[in-house]
Amino acid sequence: MTARIGIVTFPGSLDDRDAARAVHLAGGEPVALWHDDAQIYGVDAVYLPGGFSYGDALRSGAIARFSQVMDTIKAAAAQGMPVLGVCNGFQVLCESHMLPGALTRNAHLRYRSRPQRLRVETGRTAWTNAFPDGAEVLIPVKHGEGRYVADEATLDELEAAGRVVFRYLDNPNGSMRDIAGVSNEAGNVVGLMPHPEHAVEALIGPSTDGLGVVASVLAHLSEGAAR
Amino acid sequence: MSPLKVAVDTVGVAEATPDEKQPWAELGLKEDEYQRIREILGRRPTQSELAMYSIMWSEHCSYKSSKVHLRQFGQKNPKTPRLLAGIGENAGVIAIDDHVAVTFKVESHNHPSYVEPKQGAATGVGGIIRDIIAMGARPIAVMDSLRFGAIDHPDTARVLPGVVDGIGHYGNCVGLPNIGGETYFDPCYQGNPLVNALSVGVLPRERLQSMQASGVGNTVILLGAKTGRDGIGGVSVLASATFSESGEDDARPSVQVGDPFTEKLLIEVCLELFDAGLVVGVQDLGGAGLTCALSETAAAGDGGMHVDLELVPLRAKGMEPHDILASESQERMLLIVDPAKAEEVLERSRRWGLLATEIGTVTDSGRLVVDFHGQTVVDVPPKSLADEGPVYNRPIAEPNDLGLIAVDRAETLPRPTTDAEIRQTVLDMAASPNLCDKSWITEQYDPSVFGNTVLGAPHDAGVVRLDERTGVGIAISLDGNGRFARLDPYTGAQLALAEAYRNVAVTGATPIAVSDCLNFGSPEDPHVMWQFERAVTGIADGCQQLGIPVTGGNVSFYNQTGRDAIHPTPVIGVLGVIDDVRQRIPLGLGRTGDTIALIGTTAEELSGSEWASVTHGHLGGVPPKVDLDHEMRLAELLSRLAKTEQLAAAHDLSDGGLAQTLVEAICHSGLGAQILLPEGADPFVYLFSESSGRVLVVIPRGQELAVRSACEQRGLPITPLGVTDANTDGLHLRDHFDITRAELEASWKGRIGARLGE
Repeated sequence: MTARIGIVTFPGSLDDRDAARAVHLAGGEPVALWHDDAQIYGVDAVYLPGGFSYGDALRSGAIARFSQVMDTIKAAAAQGMPVLGVCNGFQVLCESHMLPGALTRNAHLRYRSRPQRLRVETGRTAWTNAFPDGAEVLIPVKHGEGRYVADEATLDELEAAGRVVFRYLDNPNGSMRDIAGVSNEAGNVVGLMPHPEHAVEALIGPSTDGLGVVASVLAHLSEGAAR
Repeated sequence: MSPLKVAVDTVGVAEATPDEKQPWAELGLKEDEYQRIREILGRRPTQSELAMYSIMWSEHCSYKSSKVHLRQFGQKNPKTPRLLAGIGENAGVIAIDDHVAVTFKVESHNHPSYVEPKQGAATGVGGIIRDIIAMGARPIAVMDSLRFGAIDHPDTARVLPGVVDGIGHYGNCVGLPNIGGETYFDPCYQGNPLVNALSVGVLPRERLQSMQASGVGNTVILLGAKTGRDGIGGVSVLASATFSESGEDDARPSVQVGDPFTEKLLIEVCLELFDAGLVVGVQDLGGAGLTCALSETAAAGDGGMHVDLELVPLRAKGMEPHDILASESQERMLLIVDPAKAEEVLERSRRWGLLATEIGTVTDSGRLVVDFHGQTVVDVPPKSLADEGPVYNRPIAEPNDLGLIAVDRAETLPRPTTDAEIRQTVLDMAASPNLCDKSWITEQYDPSVFGNTVLGAPHDAGVVRLDERTGVGIAISLDGNGRFARLDPYTGAQLALAEAYRNVAVTGATPIAVSDCLNFGSPEDPHVMWQFERAVTGIADGCQQLGIPVTGGNVSFYNQTGRDAIHPTPVIGVLGVIDDVRQRIPLGLGRTGDTIALIGTTAEELSGSEWASVTHGHLGGVPPKVDLDHEMRLAELLSRLAKTEQLAAAHDLSDGGLAQTLVEAICHSGLGAQILLPEGADPFVYLFSESSGRVLVVIPRGQELAVRSACEQRGLPITPLGVTDANTDGLHLRDHFDITRAELEASWKGRIGARLGE
């Protein structure tokens, strides 16, 4: 059975269509979810896309955190449902305390978009099992507030527990320890600043490495179904 | 009793006090224009009416100086069944096939971007996006053409980062990919930078919207942001007058403030309402705000409208009726809706968190009547505002210095002669502000949202996929050259047209339509009017010959400070269609061992060139020749070779000539180039001439004969120049010099940020 991946549209979400295309190309079924609707209609996983939810008023992701749908997603994630947050979605996961740390203004104070080289530090998450540990990938970044920060103890803990999932090879924003993405303890919730959904077609993106992220969760879900 | 009632200047008060002194001159009206308003109304105008006439009859809204010349576009435009809506609409609409149409337009936001760079540029992007929505289309991309003063001037460090931040902030937040454009520096733009923004949208043909307020009894709804005090006087004060030399006038309050988040909601709500068939007529609120939207929709429809102005949601206290009518608050649209469907429109807007308010009704009275708390403050024939403004045939005079400039040819300037000097010139030119890498700017824009950007910056044209199933797509380029137009506005305008046309063709697309943004000095200067007339004629003649219509655009006059006008700068946007974006021709050098060749003829044409400007600060002589028949054959060839997949890469030759094209192709690919110039060619002229109609092509192995014969069949000269080579480090110019990739990149990259002091 085709896995159903929910994609949330907040007011100001921008990459929701791209996320749906990525899910479709990887062989999943995209399901549109609405910020103001607490129902998630039995989806198997959730993809929080990039954009500027609620105009990024207050702080990026600060208001989306309080939306109806996030309460349901948070509860489902605690039960093991895979959740991916990309860019603004990553910011929402941090604001919701589903992931540690915060994303602040880029160190150079400018928005920056470019194809970005990354290392996948661990294949032991629901969203990276298709990659060998240490795989190098090319996935676009585009953000003004993507500098990952956390206190030293948290960073040490993340490193020790293998929860730093993606690391920049040439840091575009001043993130601490070059961190591009992290996971929760269980590995089912992952957030990253680069955009896998913009690297799914050879004609359009700089690579097709982003497909591996969606392929990973599909594999993770079918494994769970088989068990 | 409300104190407002005492202050408001109603129609009744106006009738009772015919001799009241009115500030028509301060509002930019001429005495005879004021008298005409009195004749139309049969009394003095109220304060609100005076404000409305002064706005609608301003240069910006009425095109009163340009109208007599712009008629040429309508007269000379080739007839094409593709044109579904043209000049006079919010944006031109072109059919792509039986089901899908595309709408695009370029517009200036020059004056606000100088006064307040970030918000000025941001609201320029917002405004052009709303024009696209108003045609019923989903905006799918933006592009921009920017011109600043000298890069080292301290004020450029204020204006440029602000403008780029504004364009990026608005486009990125509203969620539109920026697919390219151009950035130039020239001291003539120091006090008058040019910010021209283009947007393109796509629509099913049956969703095409109109601005008509038709259907007596229909409801008038104001959708979007609340109305505030921002932007009052934007069009009449800012865009229709020259900056003073003292620079003391602070016009910042005339600049609007944008909120791209609200615009994003506006896009989604409008498209949902159009798709549900809930909208009879629609008009965006931009320059001139409610005044323009009410009078244009009423004039285009059944001729009458009644509005209760106190219903307009406000974000500032104490706004008077004339403030509300003149406010240029952003992110607003006016909808004309069947009253039976009004509740559904309000409900769908609420779902997105967007304000929607019923403010009036369509009537057949032939009058636009505006009440404020029950008192009539406006009662005018709407056509007198929208369509019957003044028209001037301003004096025209050829500039006195034209003959002197023509004989001061750049071909006579001292030029590099030794190989070492020419080699150094290649590097110096690559590092010059107009030719160097622009990624400091383009990295601040989102190129990829929607996932359909097939080619973006730094390609010659942006290419966007419209349909994932069929692969059909569009290509757009935006080009201008103020120096060529200064030397000869007719030829300069055609050179810009030819370049944009060629840039579209280089991707493999077929050019089908034009939008133009005409940036000039004061129309009250006969020399400027001469430049304007020549440029418009050049574009109209050129489009007639190329067989592609001008579908709309915008005129920006008064780009001058004191007596110093900018170079006449027509910026041309050309739209093309490509049947399958998978066949697009990219930039670069293909694979190692491919053949590099030049299509077109190189003459000794250095006047107005980048080389003359960079190395000598020189502007004189006559610009390169234009051959539009050659351009048409070239475009047809490129489209053919794209379909047969016989080109690995292609790149237009323009500013900086062949040398710059090679630098860009090498820096954009991982390969080197071995070049042998044709026998007898003067290396300097061959590398730096800016002859028009030339394209560098990279031909895959085994296709050389086929490509050569395709060129010969079309009478297009092709010259083999060399091969691409993975083992060559950078540029090898046989018998002359080598430049390594590291040297090329060190010259070409990182210049903008460094020179702005970042």
